[in-house]
Amino acid sequence: MPAAAERRPRALFQKIWDDHVIADMGDDYSLLHVDRHVVHDMGGRSFAGLKNRGLPLKNPELTFATADHAIPTTPGIVWSDYSNPYLENLRESSKALGFKFFAPGQPGAGVVHVVAPEQGIALPGATLACGDSHTCTVGALGVMGWGVGQSELLHILATQASIQKRAGNMLVEIDGHIGGAITAKDVILHIIRQTGASGARGLAVEFAGPAIRSMPMEGRFTICNMATEMGARYGLIAPDEVTFAYLKGRPYAPAGDLWESAVAVWRHLAGDADAVFEKKVQFSIDDIAPQISWGTSPDQVIGINEDIPDPASEPDAVRRKAMIDALEYTGLAAGKPLAGTSVDHVFIGSCTNARISDLRLAAAVAKGRRVAGHVEAWVVPGSFTVKEQAEKEGLDRIFIEAGFQWRNPGCSMCGGMGDLSREKIPSGKRAVSTTNRNFVGRQGPGSRTHLASPAMAAAAAIAGHIADVREFRIEDHGTIA
Amino acid sequence: MEPLLEIRGPAAPLPLDDINTDMIAPTRPRAHLANTKISEREFDAAALFAPLRFDASGAENPSFVLNQPGFRAAKIILSGRNFGCGSSREQAVWLLADFGIRCIIAQSYGGIFYDSCFKNGILPVILPANTIGELMQEAADGGGEQFFTVNVAERSVVSPSGKAIKFDLPEFRRAALLSGVDDIDMTLRRSNEISAFVDRDRTARPWIYLAKPQRA
Ligand code: SF4
Repeated sequence: MPAAAERRPRALFQKIWDDHVIADMGDDYSLLHVDRHVVHDMGGRSFAGLKNRGLPLKNPELTFATADHAIPTTPGIVWSDYSNPYLENLRESSKALGFKFFAPGQPGAGVVHVVAPEQGIALPGATLACGDSHTCTVGALGVMGWGVGQSELLHILATQASIQKRAGNMLVEIDGHIGGAITAKDVILHIIRQTGASGARGLAVEFAGPAIRSMPMEGRFTICNMATEMGARYGLIAPDEVTFAYLKGRPYAPAGDLWESAVAVWRHLAGDADAVFEKKVQFSIDDIAPQISWGTSPDQVIGINEDIPDPASEPDAVRRKAMIDALEYTGLAAGKPLAGTSVDHVFIGSCTNARISDLRLAAAVAKGRRVAGHVEAWVVPGSFTVKEQAEKEGLDRIFIEAGFQWRNPGCSMCGGMGDLSREKIPSGKRAVSTTNRNFVGRQGPGSRTHLASPAMAAAAAIAGHIADVREFRIEDHGTIA
Repeated sequence: MEPLLEIRGPAAPLPLDDINTDMIAPTRPRAHLANTKISEREFDAAALFAPLRFDASGAENPSFVLNQPGFRAAKIILSGRNFGCGSSREQAVWLLADFGIRCIIAQSYGGIFYDSCFKNGILPVILPANTIGELMQEAADGGGEQFFTVNVAERSVVSPSGKAIKFDLPEFRRAALLSGVDDIDMTLRRSNEISAFVDRDRTARPWIYLAKPQRA
C-alpha cells in the first residue's frame, strides 16, 4: 500500500474495506472478498441457481447456513415433520456442496444474526454477507456485515466476492450509561427517533462513546441490529476487550496461538483519532424514559411517559401525512398517552432482542407474576444455545409459570413468515414486540406493532396494556439491566 | 442477460417517499397453493403493490396509478426518496420486472434494492427532487399515452416534450448493461485476482480460513 494511503487517517469501516479490496471497479465501487457468507432458509433458490449455471460453490469453508425465517417454533414440532421445501433445500444443498448447515435442534441453529456471533463465525475485521437486511447486527463485533438480495447471494456463492460501493461514514456518539429500566433497545429507539428512518441512508454508521464502551456485547448487537432502521448499510462498533472476551472460546473463533495473533491484529482495527466522518451526531441517554414506537415507521417513537404526537404540530407535509396514516393504521388517537392501551399479543424474540440477557431481563419482570388473561405472550429464544442456557437457568419455568409460551428458536412472528406464515399477529391485533420493524403488515397483514425492550414487552404482557416497566418492582434483580 | 440499450414507454408517477419492499411485494402465505391451479408466479404477480393497488375487499383501487388505463403498460416508475427500502426480499424487484417495469427514477433507494435492480434488468436512475417533480407532471398530463425514453449509452432520460436529462451511472454498470454481461460473469473474469487475494490473505489472516470448529 502506498505510504500516502497509510498516513491518511481512516475510520474502522475504511480499514476493513481496504483490507478486502480485490479490484477497484471505478466510481467508488470495488470487488470485495467475502470472508463469511451466512445463508438462511429463504436463500434456497440461490443454490439452485448455482446448479442451473453449472457453477461450483466457490468456498464451502466460508459458507454457513441456518434455518430461521420459515421454521415452526411450536414446541415439540420436529422440523422434518414438515415437508418444508426451504429446509430440505438447505439440507440437500449442504450435503451436495459441502458447507456447514446447523440443522434445527443443534447448537449453531437459530436466527442467523444471533448464531453468527455466538458460534464465533463473525470475527472482528471480517466481511460478512447474508441475504437479510439485519446483517449489520454482527457489526457490533467490528465486522463489516451487509445484507444482499437473492441474486447477489448467488454471486457470492459463485465467487466468494461482492461488488460494493464504498459507503460514506457516520459517527454516532452516545454519552451516558444503560442500566435500570433503560436498555440498549431504548437507546437505539431513541436515536432512530432523532435521526429519522433514513437519517443514515446508505452510510456506514459507527456507534461510539461512553454508553457503547460500557455496554455489554449483547446490548451492542441490539444497537447495530437496528442501524438498518436508520437507513444505514452497515452498523459498526470498534472491537475492544469486551469484544475479545465475548469471542474467546467460541466454536469457530481461532484458538491458541492463532487467537493471540488475531487479537493483536484486531486491536488495530479501531479508527484513527482524526478519521473523517461525513456526518457526526451526539446523544445523551442519561435522562431517557423507556422507549416505545407508536406508528408504522421505526422512527415513530416516544418515551412511555409521553403522549402520542399530534400530526397537526408537524410542519413537514409528507411527515404529517405519514403520521395521520400511521395513527389510522394503529388505531390510536393523537395527544393521548400510549400507556394504558390494551394489547393482544406480546412477542419476545428476534435478532434484535432474543439473546440470553434479553430473556433474563424479561424473566426478571415476569417472575412471580401472571400474563393478563386476554394476552397471548410468546418467548422465542434467538438460538438453540440461548434456549439451552435459559433452561439451565430456569428462565423457561419462570415464563411458563407466568403464562408465557416458551417456544423453539426462529424468526417466528418477527417477519410474519414463521412456519410458512402461520406464526403471525392476526389482522387488527395489537402487539408489543421486541423486534425491529413496525411497518404496515410486518408481523402479518393488518398487524399493529409496538417496538420496545424485552422488559417493556414483559411488562405489557402482565399489565395487559402498554405499561411503564419502571412501575414494576423487580424482586431478585435489584435493578433491571 | 439481454443487453439493455434503451427503455421506451409510459412513466407512472408514484409521488411517495419510503416505498418499502413490503408495500411493493407483501408476503402472502403460499401454503394453500398446492391445491390450486395458480402458479407461484401468477399468485405473486397479484401481490405487486397490493396494499396500494387493491382495497380491503380485494377490488382494484381506481385512483392507484398502475390501475389507470394508460399506465397499465408503464415501463418506468417515477417516485420519491428511499424507494425500495426495507427488507432484502428481491421479490420486490422481480414483481416489478414481471409487471414490465424496466426503469425506476427516484431521488434515492434502499441499498439492497438498488443493487438487485441491476441483476434483474431494471435500471435504477437517481435524479434530484425538482427534476423528478417536473417529469411526474409531464407524465401525469400525458395520462400514460406519451412515451419517455431512457438511453443507457447516453445516460439520459428524454421526456415526451423532448426535455433531455443526464444521470449518473457507474461506467462498469453502463458497460455491463450495454453488453448484457451479468455480475457473475463479470466477476468470474477476475478469478485470477480473487485467487491472488486469497493466497495473500491466508497468510495475513489465517483465522479467517479455518475450515473446522476450533472447539466443540
Ligand atoms: S428475526 Fe426478524 S429481523 Fe431478524 S432475521 Fe429474522 S425476520 Fe429478519
